[in-house]
Amino acid sequence: MGQVTFKIWRGEGDEGHFEEYQTEVSEGMVVLDAIHAIQSDDASDLAVRWNCKAGKCGSCSAEINGMPKLMCMTRLSSLDLDNPIIIEPMKAFPLMKDLVTDVSWNYEAKKSIKPFKPCKPDAPDGTWRMQQEDVERAQEFRKCIECYLCQNVCHVLRDHHDHAEYIGPAFLVKTAAFEMHPLDEENRTLDLKDEQGIGYCNITKCCTKVCPEHITITDNAIIPLKERVVDEFYDPLKKLFRIFKPK
Amino acid sequence: MLQTPVPLPQPRKFGESNRQDAWWLQPIVVFLGLSAFIVYSTWAAFQGTDYLFTGGGADYLSPFYSPEIFGDSGHAIFGPKPEIWPAWLPFSPALLILWAPGGFRFTCYYYRGAYYKAFWADPSNCSVGEPKARSCYRGENSLPLILQNIHRYFLYIALGFIVLLAWDAWKAMWFEDASGVEHFGIGVGSIVLTINVFLLSGYTFGCHVLRHMVGGKFKTISDKPAHKKAYECVTCLNKRHMLFAWLSLFWVGFTDFYVRMCATGSWTDWRIF
Repeated sequence: MGQVTFKIWRGEGDEGHFEEYQTEVSEGMVVLDAIHAIQSDDASDLAVRWNCKAGKCGSCSAEINGMPKLMCMTRLSSLDLDNPIIIEPMKAFPLMKDLVTDVSWNYEAKKSIKPFKPCKPDAPDGTWRMQQEDVERAQEFRKCIECYLCQNVCHVLRDHHDHAEYIGPAFLVKTAAFEMHPLDEENRTLDLKDEQGIGYCNITKCCTKVCPEHITITDNAIIPLKERVVDEFYDPLKKLFRIFKPK
Repeated sequence: MLQTPVPLPQPRKFGESNRQDAWWLQPIVVFLGLSAFIVYSTWAAFQGTDYLFTGGGADYLSPFYSPEIFGDSGHAIFGPKPEIWPAWLPFSPALLILWAPGGFRFTCYYYRGAYYKAFWADPSNCSVGEPKARSCYRGENSLPLILQNIHRYFLYIALGFIVLLAWDAWKAMWFEDASGVEHFGIGVGSIVLTINVFLLSGYTFGCHVLRHMVGGKFKTISDKPAHKKAYECVTCLNKRHMLFAWLSLFWVGFTDFYVRMCATGSWTDWRIF
């Protein structure tokens, strides 16, 4: 495949610029392989976070030619190698160095979700029974690898910096995993409305587009949660029924 | 309350992106598609004429004018325009009803995402910079966009419209002869009106709110077989919601256009049998 030019973001905090590197690439290589080759040959101080190289740890999230992607899952053959390949860090989180961002805000945001609260065991031996078809919906959300690409592409966090008001798509997926679990009996709709700002989502579906696990974030997690919030707070007829419903 | 991490990178300028694909194409196509429909449907709604074709014994009513609450055609439920209607206020049977399907589409989850991008540039497309002037973003968390939550009420009305349009399509399959007797038949218009009902049904029955109501809201669904079947059906259509949204939008406009062209005599409605 020959020599390919990479434009890589170098810098710390607010300061930074693109630097060009050239490296030899071959069939089957992914972007992370090229980054490692550059790190090995030209820029030993290039900071990059990575771990599994199998698309399961969610560490090597970055922006490749402007789109949030996992570097380890992006084959070079899927890119236009005639032009320089632009690699930069995620934009929704503070930059630490080069391609590494500080994603610790996500760990704090996650703590605001009420944990799983199982109902009483329904079997005499103190265990639960559930049907596969009931738990299927929640299983899709368990595929999340917490790469935060969806958080990064979400314009509420990325462009509006509303981190204090909006928890982001990754944690709406987490909440949906609990809310739609057949054994869970916690109510999270008030938190979703007030603390986690689900109303900030304006359904651009960018999170769904970039998810490397192909979770249908908007249609299967966010919109159903929005509808649960509508059920409880924005549907006057339902409110009326609740008032007159016999206890 | 969550905290904002600092320092965050500066947001990009409007339209700034390192994306190398034609990211601008999708919002432009959506903008042109929706604008074209809004312009045509507004024009057609204000005409107040040529919405019913009865040539050759046919009975084709434009979907923009169905149900006809007040009007001059034989389809009007309550007869002609009421006398108390102010003279200064334009009248057309379409203006009395189009707010309902219009509201259903305006508050639809698919269209919301599409027109926020195409008309508001909020954002123009994924990972593309937004206009700088919009410093205070509230999303659908406060007025006016919090009113989008009314979508379920528009759904209730839209379901009624499907029944009415299906009745119109059925009526479009009956042709009156010279002696006033109706005979079953199929004209091109019958097919156009029937396809319209199918596409609108595909769109309406794939609604996210309907999906929530028929099954999505339950913790368990294995013990509710009717809900389970309905949920599966709606989910199947919901996966193609965007496709049906566009096909039905185009076809409902075309159906009006077809009836209008036949009614003005510009086109001939061919009878198949």
